[in-house]
Amino acid sequence: MLHYLPFQLSSFAGDIDQVIRVIYYIVGTWFVAAEVILFWLIFGSRSKPGVRAAWLPGTGRAKWAVLAPVCAVLACDLIIEKASSPTWEYVKLDIPHPDVEVKIEARQFAWIFTYPGKDGILGTEDDLVAKELHVPVNKKVVFHLEAADVLHNFYVKDLRLKQDAVPGRSIKGWFDTNTEGTYEIACAEICGKGHTLMGSKLVVDSNEAYQSFLAAL
Amino acid sequence: MSHDAHPQSFISKYVFSTDHKTIAKQYMITGLFMALFGGAAASAIRTQLAAVEPGGTGGFLDPQFYNSVVTMHGTVMVFWVAMPVLVAGFGNLLIPLMVGAEDMAFPKLNMASYWVFLLSTVVLLISPLVPGGGAAGGWTSYPPLAADPALSGVEWGITLWILAVALELVAFLMGGINFITTAINMRAPGMSMWDLPLFVWEEVAASIVFMLSVGPLIAGAVMLLLDHVAGTHFFDPKMGGDPVLFQHLFWFFGHPEVYVILFPAFGIVAEIITCHARKTLFGYKMTVWSVIATSLLSFVVWAHHQFIAGIDPKISIPFSVMTILISVPVAVGMFAFMATLYKGSIRFTSAMLFALGFFACFLLGGVTGIINGTAAADIYIHDSYYVVAHFHYTLYPLVFMAGPAGLYHWFPKMFGRFMNETLGKVHFWGSMVFFNLIFLPQFNLGMMGHNRRLAVPTNYEFLSTPEALLMQDISTWALFGLLAFQLPFVWNFFHSMFRGAVAPANPWNATTLEWQCPSPPPHGNFDTPPVVYRGPYEYSPEGDGPDFIAQNQPPEGQHEVPQNPLVSPHAAK
Repeated sequence: MLHYLPFQLSSFAGDIDQVIRVIYYIVGTWFVAAEVILFWLIFGSRSKPGVRAAWLPGTGRAKWAVLAPVCAVLACDLIIEKASSPTWEYVKLDIPHPDVEVKIEARQFAWIFTYPGKDGILGTEDDLVAKELHVPVNKKVVFHLEAADVLHNFYVKDLRLKQDAVPGRSIKGWFDTNTEGTYEIACAEICGKGHTLMGSKLVVDSNEAYQSFLAAL
Repeated sequence: MSHDAHPQSFISKYVFSTDHKTIAKQYMITGLFMALFGGAAASAIRTQLAAVEPGGTGGFLDPQFYNSVVTMHGTVMVFWVAMPVLVAGFGNLLIPLMVGAEDMAFPKLNMASYWVFLLSTVVLLISPLVPGGGAAGGWTSYPPLAADPALSGVEWGITLWILAVALELVAFLMGGINFITTAINMRAPGMSMWDLPLFVWEEVAASIVFMLSVGPLIAGAVMLLLDHVAGTHFFDPKMGGDPVLFQHLFWFFGHPEVYVILFPAFGIVAEIITCHARKTLFGYKMTVWSVIATSLLSFVVWAHHQFIAGIDPKISIPFSVMTILISVPVAVGMFAFMATLYKGSIRFTSAMLFALGFFACFLLGGVTGIINGTAAADIYIHDSYYVVAHFHYTLYPLVFMAGPAGLYHWFPKMFGRFMNETLGKVHFWGSMVFFNLIFLPQFNLGMMGHNRRLAVPTNYEFLSTPEALLMQDISTWALFGLLAFQLPFVWNFFHSMFRGAVAPANPWNATTLEWQCPSPPPHGNFDTPPVVYRGPYEYSPEGDGPDFIAQNQPPEGQHEVPQNPLVSPHAAK
């Protein structure tokens, strides 16, 4: 299953994959162990002529046969949360100082990307508008995600990034990239008839190509 | 005390009946009928996903219609199959019998519950037929999409959908009040709460969780309805509303709802494994406490559906912790059930096979939930096919494995006849194989990054790869396999009702009270009101005596009725 994880384009893609991998192996071990024990119990406890089932009400100390593995489950839960919360904080809470800022607007059924103009400030008259998202490679991009009509979700699988766009809110987030190329943007929140068509492109440019992209807008 | 002497007309016996057993059958048969509808929707979804070709061609469903089919599939399977079969069907059938009562506490309210439910069913079935088509915003119906016809293209379909869901919730509130009252007030003399079969505890817990969580959803539904028809702006940000508010109201109900479905299914398998393994339940009180703990925790996990929905990211970690902590009480139940099998004497009946198959599959549904419950992993996993595979691995075993297990087990009680065991085993093995073939590939699709609810996924290059198409094809063919293996069940169910082998009152040598009255029980249930002397699972007690002792069998030498109905005689020892 894990070998289907896509290319790791952002610096946090590896972290998120690692979280998934750690949980996969922890819960996978539990799953396999539980299935083996279950099948052993089923096979070993099949009815045999002349053999009566045992009377085991599981009271008193016997209940630790159940509670001991449950304590181990609790420990695993806490390990998983301890190991994974730094990644959540890195991706969603610790938004870095931007190299590039862009406003992403989702509407039925298109993506509109707005760059600050010469003044370097978003929301002024000289803003530049594009239909594809171009970013310079190896730079930190901070986005302000907005929705014009209904809920949408900005999703790039290679970044391991999903974020809902909510009408009435501007949601701040970030990503970076490590490899030039063209990647697919998809909408991951049902948004109506055209939901299935609501794609766009993320183009990771060299610095020079990015500057000429901005100049051409 | 029996009521069977009263003459009853056909209408009052089978249609407008206040008899809990008839109401149970009405709920079950309506639920099974709706399962056909939900299964047809699933076939349409899967056929579309197998028919699309790279480049966004192929497929035969209009995307709007596809969205509507997806919405109907989810709505029907949760509210019109899982709820009526597991909660209302088995709850109505078993609670009065298991506590030794003549009927429910409020038989007329019980009848009203079913007829409101049937009305909700009719409204739901009409909703896709009106101009503008049916609701198409997913079973969660998030606004603004669901609130504004200009954005969704859906006119009356969504209004009817909201009405249908609201009526359905009203029906289950009436049923739930009955379940709680009956279990608490109408237990047979001598039966303490700690003598209740686990199934009754689970139904009471489900009813209480439902009652406490449903209020916010009804409020949300009314607000959505007003936004839609009366021009209010509860969820419209342009006028000061907030769409995320609906998500909170929805999931404050929506997540506990999972446990409303889970509890009765756990109860069903507990009754079946103890009886067919001839074992007392391992750690009965501990298991009851785990149900109570799960109920409490289920109220503080809802925002895990909203990690990336625009809520404050700081609140996500606490919700993530609470979410995966729910694995602790659920594990108590699962491990206790497994320990119950130890040194048992298992009879592999169809009911037992389905109960064991339930464990084998539900385990995977449980452990995979840890990944999407972890906030950091959810950034990628959210709204992907991984989530689809995960919740089908929980809900399918709950509804379509524990459910049939219960039907095979209690069919003799309901109709006085057995279902055919050979057909039951064909049903089990076919379902087991094809269910896994449907949903295992979807974990892989999720890892590839396949997002949900796409009518034509092949509009995207990354969803047009040979691997992705192969996974979709396997899933689709397996669905048709699964549906084919439901045919022996449908035939078996209806044929056995009239032609099955005649069953005695207690064919499985079971201990609980529902087996200590005739099959099928007459109106009024018990020939003489039962008195309870012992706990629910006295299977294979120590010594050389019979391998089960019914709850109403007096201890040797004792014949008087215990005085205080709240204190069980064996508990005082």
